[in-house]
Amino acid sequence: MNDTIKLTYTVTTEDFTRAGEASGDVKRKLKKMGSSPEVVRKVAIAMYEGEINMVIHANGGTIDVEITPEEILMVLQDSGPGIADIDKAMQAGYSTAPDRVRALGFGAGMGLPNMKQYSDEMKVETELGVGTKVTMKVFQT
Amino acid sequence: MIDKFFTSVKLDADLCKGCINCIKRCPTQAIRVRNGKAEITNEFCIDCGECIRICPHHAKLPSYDKLDVLKDYEYTVALPAPALYGQFNNLDDVNIVLTALKRVGFDDVYEVSGAAELVSELSREYVHNHPELHPIISTACPSVTRLIRVRFPNLIEHLLPIKPPVELAAELARERAMKKTGLPSEKIGIIFLSPCPSKVTAMKSPLGTEKSNIDAVCAIKDIYTRLLPEMKEVADDPEELRISGKIGISWGTSGGEASGLLVENYLAADGIENVIRVLEDLEDEKLDNLEFIELNSCNGGCVGGVLTVENPYLAMVKLKRLRKYMTVAKSHVEGVMAEQDAYWTEEVTYEPVFKLGTDMKDSIARMARVEELCEQFPGLDCGSCGAPTCKALAEDIVRGKAREHDCIHVLKKYIHHLSDEFSKLDGE
Repeated sequence: MNDTIKLTYTVTTEDFTRAGEASGDVKRKLKKMGSSPEVVRKVAIAMYEGEINMVIHANGGTIDVEITPEEILMVLQDSGPGIADIDKAMQAGYSTAPDRVRALGFGAGMGLPNMKQYSDEMKVETELGVGTKVTMKVFQT
Repeated sequence: MIDKFFTSVKLDADLCKGCINCIKRCPTQAIRVRNGKAEITNEFCIDCGECIRICPHHAKLPSYDKLDVLKDYEYTVALPAPALYGQFNNLDDVNIVLTALKRVGFDDVYEVSGAAELVSELSREYVHNHPELHPIISTACPSVTRLIRVRFPNLIEHLLPIKPPVELAAELARERAMKKTGLPSEKIGIIFLSPCPSKVTAMKSPLGTEKSNIDAVCAIKDIYTRLLPEMKEVADDPEELRISGKIGISWGTSGGEASGLLVENYLAADGIENVIRVLEDLEDEKLDNLEFIELNSCNGGCVGGVLTVENPYLAMVKLKRLRKYMTVAKSHVEGVMAEQDAYWTEEVTYEPVFKLGTDMKDSIARMARVEELCEQFPGLDCGSCGAPTCKALAEDIVRGKAREHDCIHVLKKYIHHLSDEFSKLDGE
């Protein structure tokens, strides 16, 4: 019996109307698998924030998701500019989003802080000019 | 026992041609065509009426009571929905409709919009006292409450736990009728004149209340033709029967309930697809700083129900005109009822009807199989198999309700393969 679901999503460049498609799909799948409402909520919010970040800052990227009865693993990888000051980026309210993005209501500086808050484990690996890899885990119980 | 998943939509199998219109339109993918006829999965149905609207063969029928139901009771009270007033041209006094209702055969009338003003008053207090539960979500539309119950478990705590206006109206009307006539409850018929069949479901299988006080639900479109001649008769000298003002009447259209709360930060969405989008965004915490969310399954709000006559947007104009010179509100909670009686007595709990398997391990295995199957299917979402999408077919297969060969494209491939094998045999 197969007890792991592996999903891969491509996040496209600067298309705000499509941001949320990947997290929305995972959310609907988790509900069909019977994950608890709280787990669904955590994954949906953490992943959506990650998706939006990739659109705003990194010209898109890919998200790999693995779902098992124990946990949901999300790996978000982009080849964007990288994060210069990770400590600052983790602070609520700090944002480097350009004005045109803020005009759309994004860029409140809550992206990474929310991802940290809603995931059970999070790891950020980043290199300037190369890209960023965010690994998040949410436990099913 | 009350059926938890009652649905008010019925199928006339003789009229159903097995086309794909309803399966494609259903917002919860509750319909399949099997053996050439549409079948509704009751657990998934939220009574929104979309299939009734779209069916070109009129095979999907809303269930409701015929007006003959008046004969079943010694004393009857009509509960007109505010949407009723939006059906008539040049109506400038609600009393004309109410007086005409008595001439049609009802012994008394009790405006649902009157009870709506009580709900508005109590909601104002509830919204104010519960900032931790913001945004509070309206529960007046039974389809929306049903949708949240099966698909948005995280939003259940935001539901406004106050009975919908029609339920409150039914309770108050019954109390008044019993006092006035001395008759026992069962001889009194409380009859709702409804814009939509989802109120039939709310009567038979209510959420938030153990048993509904509504005895029958009749259609606005049925009473409409009976009312027209009577309204002409009483137009010059109607009885003073109305118990609602602007706030109550406004409940008939989208945004009416929310505006009666006198809060600034509210959102009102109508049309089931728009409602779903709002709920998805709300679940993802994309909507900030809202105090209240009003959601109506039908376009335009209750005036858009499938049991109405008038175009919903024209009905909106008519209601707007009608309420122009009305007082703000005529009904108030004080002296009419005890506040606590307006609140839900039963909890609404999450019903995970869309779950694929019996436990997490089983569900994950089935979900993996769904993904595999989707790879095999052409992704055309053609509906020929009777399911609305390839993915829906894959889910039906893992639930044991369909087979791979129901997909005509998979079947075609299989037949080609077979004929190839045969010709090989032939050549040997």
